[in-house]
Formats: sequence, C-alpha cells, structure tokens
Amino acid sequence: MATVYETVIGLEVHVELATETKMFCGCPTAFGAPPNTQVCPVCLGLPGSLPVPNARAIAYALKAALALECEIDPECRWDRKNYHYPDLPKGYQITQYARPLARSGHLRFSITETNGDTVDREVRIRRLHMEEDTGKSTHEGLPGTSTGVDLNRAGVPLIEIVSEPDIRTPEEARVYLQALRTLLLYTGVSDVKMEEGSLRCDANVSVRPVGEDTLGVLVEIKNMNSFRSVQRALEFEVNRQVDLLQSGGRIVRETRHWDDRREITFSSRSKEEAHDYRYFPEPDLGPCDLTPAFVEQTRQSLPELPTAKCQRYISLGLSGYDASVLAMDPPLASFFDAMLRAGGAPRESAALLTVELLGRLNATGIAIHDPACRVTPSALAELQKLVADGTINGKIAKEVLDEMVQTGATARTVVENRGLRQVSDEGAILEAVRSVLTANPVEVADYRDGKEKLFGFLVGQVMKATRGKANPALVNAVLRRELQGRSE
Amino acid sequence: MLTKEQVRQVAALARVRASDDELTGYVAELGRILDHVARLQEVDTEGMPPTSRALEQRGILREDMPQVPLLRETVLANAPDERHGMFLVPRVVEE
Ligand SMILES: [Zn+2]
Repeated sequence: MATVYETVIGLEVHVELATETKMFCGCPTAFGAPPNTQVCPVCLGLPGSLPVPNARAIAYALKAALALECEIDPECRWDRKNYHYPDLPKGYQITQYARPLARSGHLRFSITETNGDTVDREVRIRRLHMEEDTGKSTHEGLPGTSTGVDLNRAGVPLIEIVSEPDIRTPEEARVYLQALRTLLLYTGVSDVKMEEGSLRCDANVSVRPVGEDTLGVLVEIKNMNSFRSVQRALEFEVNRQVDLLQSGGRIVRETRHWDDRREITFSSRSKEEAHDYRYFPEPDLGPCDLTPAFVEQTRQSLPELPTAKCQRYISLGLSGYDASVLAMDPPLASFFDAMLRAGGAPRESAALLTVELLGRLNATGIAIHDPACRVTPSALAELQKLVADGTINGKIAKEVLDEMVQTGATARTVVENRGLRQVSDEGAILEAVRSVLTANPVEVADYRDGKEKLFGFLVGQVMKATRGKANPALVNAVLRRELQGRSE
Repeated sequence: MLTKEQVRQVAALARVRASDDELTGYVAELGRILDHVARLQEVDTEGMPPTSRALEQRGILREDMPQVPLLRETVLANAPDERHGMFLVPRVVEE
C-alpha cells in the first residue's frame, strides 16, 4: 500500500506598518515616490547617525500583537542581524531576536468546505517582532552587469509574524493569510496590500508519512505575490515533495522561488554555506519600556475583531457562512452594523445586503465603500422595514432597489413616487382574482382535475393584473378560497 | 583554540579580504582577545541581568512626524555610479 503523506506548513509574514515615518528616522514612507527621495543619513547608514524608535510604530506593533492574543514582553530589545547586500546600507538590519515584542498568540478563522459547512481552525503564533525593511534592487532598464538600488523603503517599520507549523493544507495557508489580513485591517495598523508589498509571505513546507511525529525536511518558499499564488505554490511544492519521496528520492533543505507565470517552484541555487547572521544586541538602542498602563490602553483601543463579530452575528440569527462573509470584509461589516443601528432586522438585512445590493454593485464593478455606491445603510435598512411592515412585497423591493442603486433615492421616495405600495385591500384583490378566474376557464378546469401546479400560474396572473403590488399571502388565501368555492 | 579556518570564515562573512600571512597574524591577535574574554567568562554571574549596553536608557522615542529628507543629488553625490536616480552597483543575482 502506498504511503499517505501529511503536509506541514508554517508561514512567516512581513507586514509594513502604516506610519507616516520610518522606524528609526523621520523620512516619509509614502508608496511610489521617485527613487532615493525619502532617505536621510540614518536610513542611508552614514557614519555618526543614530536611530531613534518611532513611538507610533511600536504602538501599532503592540496593537497587532494584542489582536493576535500574544503575550507581550514589555522590555523587548533590539538586535543586529548582520549580512551584506546592496539594499542594506548599514550591513545589518535592526530587528528583534532574543527578546521579541510578543510570543504565543493565536489566529482563529473558519474554512468553508466544499459541502458548504464551515470548520473553525486555530493556528498558534510563535512570535511577533519589530524590524526595519530593506531597500529595493532592480535590474530592469539597466546595463546588463549592474543592479540599481532605491533606498526609499530602507528603514520602513515592519512586523514579522511567525506561525507555528500548524497549517495542514495549501488552502488553509491561503485562508490563514486572508484572516490575518482582515484582522490587521480591523486594527488599522497596516493597509496590508500584497500587490504593493505591504503584506509579504514566505512559507516553510514539509511532508511526512501520516502518524510520524518528527517533521520532514523543510523547504522555504519565497516570492508568492498574491493569495492565489500562496495556495498554488504550496500545492505545487507539496506534490513535488511527495512525488520525490515516492520515487525513492530525497528532499534537500533549500530555498525555492515561486514562478507565477510558469506555476512552478525552482531552487534558487544559493551557496551551500548556511547563513550566519551573527546576531548581537543593538548597542545604539536601549530596551523598550512598555508600561502596563500603555499595554492596557492599547488593548482597550482594539475594535471588535472578526471572531467576536462573527459570533455576534451568529447570535443575531445569521448562518455561520453569512456571519463569516460579513465579518471577514471590514467595509461590508461596517455597512451591515450601520443597517442594524438604523433598525434593520439582522437576517433580512444580511440577505438584502449580501445578495441583492452586492449582486447589483458587483455587476457594475462598484465596491460597497465606494462613493459611487449611492445606497446608504439607513436607506437599505428602510427598504427592509418597508417589506417587514407590509408596505411593499419582496418582489417590488427588488425593483425599488434597482432604482435606489441608480439614482440614490430613498426607498420610501421610490415607493411613493411610483405608487408601489402593496395592495392589501381584500376587495381589490378579490376583484382581480375573479377576473383572472373568468379569463382563464381552461386552467381553472384543469386545476380542479388535479393539476395543482396551475395554482402558481393563477397566482402569477393575479400579480400581473395588480402590476406586482398585491400582497402575495392575501392573493394566495383569496385565490384558494375562490377556487374551492367554485368547485363546490 | 581559534583556527585559521574560523578566521577565514569570519573574514568572508564580513567581506574582509585577507592574505594567508595576514590570516596567520589575525589568529594570534584575535586569539589573545578571546583568551581575555574566556577569563571574564569564569566570573560567576548567576542571577545577574545581562548588560547589553553601558547606559540603560529606556523609552527614548520619537513622534511619528515627517522630516524633510535629503536632496537626491546630495544622496547620490558619493555614489560610485547612478542611473534613473538609483545607486548603481555590480549585479547581484542570488538573494
Ligand atoms: Zn531616513
């Protein structure tokens, strides 16, 4: 029998913090500035310059660590990681090695399985530390034997979040990363855009026979630039390792790069010598001094986070799936919460928002938080209430929403201007029902002969006669009564 | 005991070029420093917090307020070569 293998994945995620200035100097951090226009003696590593930590960067890193339920080291320290590369002007990176800001956290998220069920997962966070970013090297548009170096990004504050090897499938790795991104979006400490490099992910992957406790040989995967490529790269790599083992081969401990175009990982063939970073305490910086009051104040400043939000939505009667769709999308969740504050009923509001409004917006490529989205949360909540109190029926509500999306008018205005109020006057409905029965003698006869499906047809005719405005429940009741009356 | 091979490796990591004769000299010089540190290592420091710096200055921070960066021409004035506003260096391939 062939050996069955289990996949073991740990992720290392780098996140750029959304500060105005760099980690240790006052240079601006704006994305996309012309090369080398956001640099100073500190981030250029010029002799005699000294680093001074950015208070907001530390506050943001702490906020992220608390959101991940980490234990905080209030006296965390700075270290130097020594290596030579042109994008690292000092010859070392200031980071945290022996005493990171935070350890032992958790990220909770849920995965939707193919059958639609959601499964709760928890991945442990080994550590979260602060460090500075490097510059950027490019080869494009330059003579063949040279590299261009832009140091605008050198010194931008980063946090590195290292997970325990708790992830078991490539899909789970992608969902972990998306959940981490959502969590950080809620805290507001980063704009976490993979395409702009403010969220970067490396993975450690190994496989082992099921039942084996020791880890297989680790391979590090780099250069995954989107959520999709994280999953694809890991799927490729897991298959590669399993095929290699099954054909009697050996896995080599190495770093491999993902090629998004060819959809393969390839060995970067770096020199065999192991990296020796010779970490030592950064002599230019003292330890941090995070007071218990500051840590507590930061904890209090955290907004409601996705897991809690999801639980609250479920307690309001939403399905696990709907709750998670809303909670995992901050702009959508904030729209939904505003609908609830405006008095919208939870389940009906969620359906109106995620199915009806989003469906219409997606068709035109407009995002919910876009100014081009002309429907406000209170207007959508009002529409829901008009359905709930019987002013209009569900079908008319869709027509009203069409116009709200196009013109930005409120639900009540559309209903009044177009005379769409539901007809609940039994006399008017009875009149419509009788004329439909008279006009359709064949269908009425067939219905009585047992073709019950024709009931739906007759309802449709009545709705048509009332231009869709009749109260459907009343139409059903009156129609049934009239049909029975005539059959006797 | 420090070996010549260890000194060669440290020199390579620090990108210091040294001739064979120089390496022999460094083995002796660095060896004396390590001997001195080895004596310090004998001191019983059980229960003493580590001293990573002479002055235990804590909590010195900076407000997140942008300062005016250097002019690019100043930045690149000492560069061996430049192109499109970037420092130009010999090509690096591996990461
Ligand atoms: Zn600077």
